[in-house]
Amino acid sequence: MSDEVTTPVKSYLTPFNMVAGIIVIIGLFVTVLRFTQGLGSVTNLSDYNPWGIWIGFDLLVGVALAAGGFVTSSAVYIFGLKKYHSAVRPAILTGFLGYAMVVVALNYDVGRPWRLPYPFIMQQGTTSLLFEVAACVALYLTVLFLEFSPAALEWLGLKRLRNILIKLTLLLTIFGVVLSTLHQSSLGALFLIAPSKLHPLWYSPYIAVFFFVSAVIAGLSMVIFESTLSHRYFADKMDESHLKEKDDIALGFGKAASLVLAGYFIIKVIGISEGNHWHLLGTSYGIWFLVELVGFVALPCFAYAIGVREKNLKLIKWTAAWTVLGIVINRLNVGLIAFNWHLPSSERYFPHWMEIAISVFLVTLLLLIFRFIVTRMPIMYSHPDYPDEH
Amino acid sequence: MSISRRKFLGWLGAAGLGTTVGPKTARAASNKNFSGYPQSNGVLFDSTRCIGCRKCEEGCNKVNELPEPDKSFSDLSVLETRRRTTAKAYTVVNRYDDTGSGKGPLYRKIQCNHCLEPACASVCFVTAFKKTATGAVTYDESVCVGCRYCMIACPFEIPAYEYDNAFSPKVMKCTLCFPRISKGQLPGCVEACPTEALTYGKREDLLRIGRERIRTFPDRYVDHIYGENEMGGTSWLYLSEVPFKEIGMREDLGETPAPKLTSGALSAVPMIVGLWPVLLGGIYAINKRKEKIEKQEKEQAVAAAVAAAEAEAKAKMKEAMEFQEKQKEKAIEKAVSKALEEAAKAAEEAASDTPSEDADTKSSEEDS
Repeated sequence: MSDEVTTPVKSYLTPFNMVAGIIVIIGLFVTVLRFTQGLGSVTNLSDYNPWGIWIGFDLLVGVALAAGGFVTSSAVYIFGLKKYHSAVRPAILTGFLGYAMVVVALNYDVGRPWRLPYPFIMQQGTTSLLFEVAACVALYLTVLFLEFSPAALEWLGLKRLRNILIKLTLLLTIFGVVLSTLHQSSLGALFLIAPSKLHPLWYSPYIAVFFFVSAVIAGLSMVIFESTLSHRYFADKMDESHLKEKDDIALGFGKAASLVLAGYFIIKVIGISEGNHWHLLGTSYGIWFLVELVGFVALPCFAYAIGVREKNLKLIKWTAAWTVLGIVINRLNVGLIAFNWHLPSSERYFPHWMEIAISVFLVTLLLLIFRFIVTRMPIMYSHPDYPDEH
Repeated sequence: MSISRRKFLGWLGAAGLGTTVGPKTARAASNKNFSGYPQSNGVLFDSTRCIGCRKCEEGCNKVNELPEPDKSFSDLSVLETRRRTTAKAYTVVNRYDDTGSGKGPLYRKIQCNHCLEPACASVCFVTAFKKTATGAVTYDESVCVGCRYCMIACPFEIPAYEYDNAFSPKVMKCTLCFPRISKGQLPGCVEACPTEALTYGKREDLLRIGRERIRTFPDRYVDHIYGENEMGGTSWLYLSEVPFKEIGMREDLGETPAPKLTSGALSAVPMIVGLWPVLLGGIYAINKRKEKIEKQEKEQAVAAAVAAAEAEAKAKMKEAMEFQEKQKEKAIEKAVSKALEEAAKAAEEAASDTPSEDADTKSSEEDS
């Protein structure tokens, strides 16, 4: 993922491009199968397990990891932390592409994707949390598009339109936070309807709050994680203020993540307490729960704190990656691993390789589009025509 | 029990079922309870009468025009395995040999229970599911997107999906033979049952019959009608001679109607929409103000510092000037006194030669 980026393009046959190419070819092949032969031909979904990794990973994880957009833009534009300004555009871009990927993934997952607008244009099932998720994701994708568009418009040289959009920044940011609060929490609240299917350690009347707070953690960590990767592969695209603010951002976001993780740890413990599920901690699911709670919440909380205290950027970056992994595990636990825990193992779900292929395919597409955009548009540097802003 | 339709719809709305028929509300806290459509129908399944003949499966298959099964309905070997409803079978019968109570084999029929407040209907974001006044929970495939949230939500694990249908996959589940019962006919399974294990009728009557059987044969039944209160009550009701757990029915579902499980989360939505902009806008305004005040204070501080510096410089200048002045005066005094001294000396010397002349010349030189 480096050669043709750091040096002017000579050959497209870099290892990254070749691997990506193979994934894309397989992905297209499975796509054709999916839409001509039906879900049954490419998935291991069953009547007991109607949601697989396209929901558990693509939707639940995808939306959580795309939370960096609203976290960063609210930090800078609402909470007034202007020194993190250079993190806004990469975070918005990641968020926008993340949500776009989620929507594409949903087209694979639902039985009749051409009917996805039906909840809005045909009959509104407003008692469904999925309706709320659908409405918020649709609106937020639009908000992210508008928030991202100034970069594209600067690239295209459409000055007037760009200036109008810049004026909307505060409004869009507030709207984005409202929508994110709603759908990040609602993704957790989706499971409120199934207390008899989700393991009691993960099922909680507070699950909506858990999802929202952990999404904030995911957003903060993703910004650090993504800036680390970007710095590695796109350093030549970064301007001075980006390079200068980069370490500040890691320290600031690391500190925030440590704090929020501490709060998250506390409310998770309150969750066990509320249901009086202490005795379940000794079971195999309980141990797995503790791995998540201690290994992927308490541990990164401390690691971030130490990293910030000692200004150990390397530790902060590794902790960010670890925390992101923890969020992935949490969402997979709720959506797949601890869901249907009561069923015999023969009825449990494990993804078909073609389901995994589609998820990998979509993530690869996301990376390719991300690369296309940051190598062309003013994401990691200020456009020379607009030096003061961004 | 006579209730006006309006009142009734209001209850439905309060229960979070509103979009199916009435007002669109979902209340977290409400003292309203929905105890089912009055005069709605249901089926009572008495497992002590079931012989596992699968006639109900066959009847269901026929009236619903479902595909031929892999093994014929007369083949009872399928009872060896634990089955569930599928896209090709709205109802199945399972056999339970090793019940904890040592009775058996026992049989249990599975199909949609037609909840009074169905989870599937409350979670459907296109309201494809409806609890009708007949008691049947119906499904409208013409709006179904295929998200399968109904399957996640159903506590009885009933809805199935046509995963192999590429272009028009549907959720498949028992409709309580809605088209038939609307015409006054019996549901297919009930009609086919040779042992009267199934009784179709008004739910309230069925409850009465069930209680009566338990009262008459207390040794034959556990004292519980499954479905009377489970998940807020279902239109299908069950009698059994062993605890229901032993014939594969979950006893841990509770009595909370499904819509109540999510109504709290739903009720938070408008509050967030209303208050978040105020909160966020407030934080923004506070920060803006802080910045403004900081800027003002900075400007004031700078101005004050400049003024102080100027004053100090002036004072210093003045001091320096005064010092200079003093120095000058001192020098003059010194010079004068020196001159006087010299004059005195000269006068002394002149006293010997010509004293007065010399002293005058010297002093006039000093003054100029």
